[in-house]
Amino acid sequence: MKKIADHMPCSLSRGKGTGGGGRFLVPLLLLVLLSACSSMPKVTGPVEPPLRRYEDLVKPGQPNMLDVNDSVEGFNRGSYRFNYYFDEYLYRPVVRGYEFIMPNYLEDRVSDALDNLGEITNLTNNLMQFNLKGAGVTVSRFVINSTIGIGGLWDQAKKMGLKRQTEDFGLTLGHYGTGSGTYLMLPVLGASNVRDTAGLVADAATVDYIGPLAWLNDNTATYAYAGVYAVDRRHRTPFRYRQTGSPFEYELIRTLYTMKRDYDIEQTKEKK
Amino acid sequence: MKRLLALTLLLLSFLAARPAAAAPPQSYFYPFVNPYEATVMELPKEFEVRLPDEVPVHEFVVRPFPKREIPEVFWYENGLVCSLVAQDHKAPLVFLIAGSGSRFDVPRMLKLQKVLYQAGFHVISLTSPTHMDFVVNAASGLPGIATDDAKDLYRVMDLAYQKVRKRVDVSHFMLAGYSLGGFDAAFVAKLDDQEHRFNFRRVLLINPPVCLYDSVSALDRLLVENVPGGMDNFDNWFRGVFSQTMHLAEAWEPGGLSGESMYRTYKRMQPSESNLAALIGLTARMNAADMIFTADVMNGGGYIVPKNVRLTSTTSLTRYAIVAYKTSFVDYFEQWLFPHYQKMEPGLTREALLRRETLRSLEGYLKGSRKFGLIHNEDDIILVSGDIEYLERVFDDRAWIFPSGGHMGNMFNPDVVSAITGFLKGKEE
Repeated sequence: MKKIADHMPCSLSRGKGTGGGGRFLVPLLLLVLLSACSSMPKVTGPVEPPLRRYEDLVKPGQPNMLDVNDSVEGFNRGSYRFNYYFDEYLYRPVVRGYEFIMPNYLEDRVSDALDNLGEITNLTNNLMQFNLKGAGVTVSRFVINSTIGIGGLWDQAKKMGLKRQTEDFGLTLGHYGTGSGTYLMLPVLGASNVRDTAGLVADAATVDYIGPLAWLNDNTATYAYAGVYAVDRRHRTPFRYRQTGSPFEYELIRTLYTMKRDYDIEQTKEKK
Repeated sequence: MKRLLALTLLLLSFLAARPAAAAPPQSYFYPFVNPYEATVMELPKEFEVRLPDEVPVHEFVVRPFPKREIPEVFWYENGLVCSLVAQDHKAPLVFLIAGSGSRFDVPRMLKLQKVLYQAGFHVISLTSPTHMDFVVNAASGLPGIATDDAKDLYRVMDLAYQKVRKRVDVSHFMLAGYSLGGFDAAFVAKLDDQEHRFNFRRVLLINPPVCLYDSVSALDRLLVENVPGGMDNFDNWFRGVFSQTMHLAEAWEPGGLSGESMYRTYKRMQPSESNLAALIGLTARMNAADMIFTADVMNGGGYIVPKNVRLTSTTSLTRYAIVAYKTSFVDYFEQWLFPHYQKMEPGLTREALLRRETLRSLEGYLKGSRKFGLIHNEDDIILVSGDIEYLERVFDDRAWIFPSGGHMGNMFNPDVVSAITGFLKGKEE
């Protein structure tokens, strides 16, 4: 079992959904379904409607970006709060330690090496979207970086003009018209939705069975990979909780995540 | 490099065509001639003053109302954080107040902190009374009226200094702020002249509004008038801007949730002036909405949140967010703040309350005291016509007015920085 804390508190910058053992996510989904967190406010006396009422200000049928399908909002908000504490007291302190010990140059080498290993899901998903050019570029990148780039430590392919063709199974599903389903705030892993969570599981399985973890086929190495992957992920994610300074941070992240994923899916369609 | 050259040529022609302004040195060089661009864009590094990479920052928390129960919906709030950078020797201490909706540690505040530290001052950085952290932890009532916000700020300053006084050797006190923070500084100084806790020797106002109501109205109009098709079309417009931005951004930074970094991404495209203006207006609207919702919850609701309803950490706030973002500061003032003050002070007129929101009410005081200084730009977008002339008249030889720079776009230009530090360091008069 591979537990990979693929932490993307607001995974707007997510490249791919590798990591995250499938067996970890299934109980999580059950938890979502069983969750009894209420998203209704508690009433403490006779409720008086406010002066500025939603009904008066919003025309029926008028779209609003802040309205995102979020049918397990109570759970999601609880999970968001959990992630805040997790990030504050465990995850970022560990990452800060890593950043303190490692010179910046070596940090970048680690990032490049992990990106190289992660090319497997870029390949499978480009293929599944019949984006043959993207798949070809991915294969070339992997070959170049693994050889000239010495085991992927340097992204030499990028210097040759071969840009990373980031894809994940959530995007592949979206590419073929799968709706996003309800928004999900995954514990530890961050912003997602039903479609992207399914994608995360599929990509994790790819990494497990045909990707770098299968090549390693060794428990210790797998744990090491998972640990480094998690730390590198957070190291590269500039998101900080409460940076918005807004009481509506949860809503803002939800909207931006959704818009970003919609945009990425549109991009997969334009590429063809 | 080519772009730089073009900008340079553009600017040279611009400078030549204009009569030299009174105060700034002849050499003043600033690359953006469009005030919206100036406001939004960061100065290219070559044009910025050099600052130390690291300064010794000490963060600490004050709780002006220790018995206050923080509502569960603000579960992440726990006291008001301030920061101190201290010299290792006796030096003047500057209290620095952030602009509207800004926390003590936004990039602009961190840079100003470095500017002042480098110039030899101790600095205590303070969150704006309009930021939600301040509203939750340190506001005594509804925020938004300058004279009362000043009282809340003064209380925080007092506690902050008490908390760090063992760490710093202070010769005397100064006060500075930018934008709304500069405006706040004038009112705090007035209060200090009654209370004498600090006896500020110098008070510097950087790009303040003259009349708060005028400035917030102007900012809100930037949004409302520049979204094509009006606010009913906001969603479409924003989606367009979003995907344009995405197109150019190599990687979307999740830090891009804040106004400052949204701009940073946005500047990579050749933005239209109306889009820039609308984004500036949007940032102001969002800041106001955050403050208004928070203030409403802290004061028992009735405006956006129903009364007698307790929001928890899992309550959906989406509907309140939608309403709040449809609420401007002007709505809040007219519908909620003014009636609220009228209830507390029967007979208070709207005009009398508005007088507490303008530097004009302090005119005699600002004119008569040599301790005040002003830094501003002729093309600052938060000013309305006549404001600059008025400020020049009031501050006279203590005003440094630059011909361009928009709203604080030129703050870290070497000439502006020398004006800031020069005034604060200036000899006793």
